[in-house]
Amino acid sequence: MKFGVVTFPGSNCDYDAFRAVADVLGEQAVYLWHKSHDLEGADVVILPGGFAYGDYLRAGAIARFSPIMQEVAAHARRGGPVLAVCNGFQIACEAGLLPGALLRNASLSFLSEIVRVRVENGDTMFTNRYAPGQILRIPIAHGDGRFTADDETLNRLEGEGHVAFRYVNASGNRDAESNPNGSMRAIAGIVSAEGNVLGLMPHPERAVESLVGSNDGLGIFQSMLARVSA
Amino acid sequence: MSRYRVSVHIVPRKGILDPQGKAVADALHTLGFGDVQDARIGRHVVLDVAASTPDAAGDAVRKMCDRLLANPVTEDYEIARVEGLP
Repeated sequence: MKFGVVTFPGSNCDYDAFRAVADVLGEQAVYLWHKSHDLEGADVVILPGGFAYGDYLRAGAIARFSPIMQEVAAHARRGGPVLAVCNGFQIACEAGLLPGALLRNASLSFLSEIVRVRVENGDTMFTNRYAPGQILRIPIAHGDGRFTADDETLNRLEGEGHVAFRYVNASGNRDAESNPNGSMRAIAGIVSAEGNVLGLMPHPERAVESLVGSNDGLGIFQSMLARVSA
Repeated sequence: MSRYRVSVHIVPRKGILDPQGKAVADALHTLGFGDVQDARIGRHVVLDVAASTPDAAGDAVRKMCDRLLANPVTEDYEIARVEGLP
């Protein structure tokens, strides 16, 4: 299976994503330059973290106009999987691939730490290797991660099982202290209505080897592998 | 075609938590400006636009706000000023 990792000017997690796929998952990975119009046959597209275009105007607002995003949107419309991490999540929201928006952390601080998220839906193409309710330890590193949407959108996301991950405490419960950025309803990750785009603020590509503190993120890559190659 | 300078204010929508605005309001209170009841921090964009009339210039900038300058999920905007340029 082939994973295409998009590099925008200002991306800084593209190498981590590439490495998670190529060295840990053992699948093929290619970099896709943002000015390209060619997904190079990638089965999965990864929009990685970073600060594309310096987060000018709003995080993700300019990156969505990169030439490659036309191809990414077409890939998503065809049902192709898109994994949008951190800045990639912001870009996916700005591009309309996912609902909602990511605003400045409620604390106004940039946060770089390991958080706990609970798997809310274990039946998506990104989470089928996890048990529902499983708690994962995955790092975050962002200044603008507060998921925000109107009540109607939030109710729909919850009602249709499109909330993939929520921030929780060690006991697996939601509380204000374990919601690092003040996200509405403690939402850490969502899937699109068709289920083929996952956006999340935590970095699964930084949690694929226990050597660095956690390999809980690897299941997202394994889930895609299981579903897409099936 | 004439040239117009269009100023637009973009602010977080009411009801959406604006931690920057809250921090600034708290600082103003600390300074003794207790009359401040709310503060919201946004963006002020100034564009020079070629258009046939001031209304056309404003309409063009509204389209720009809808498509790029403001986030329709979280922000409101208003055209603050349209002035003719020589």
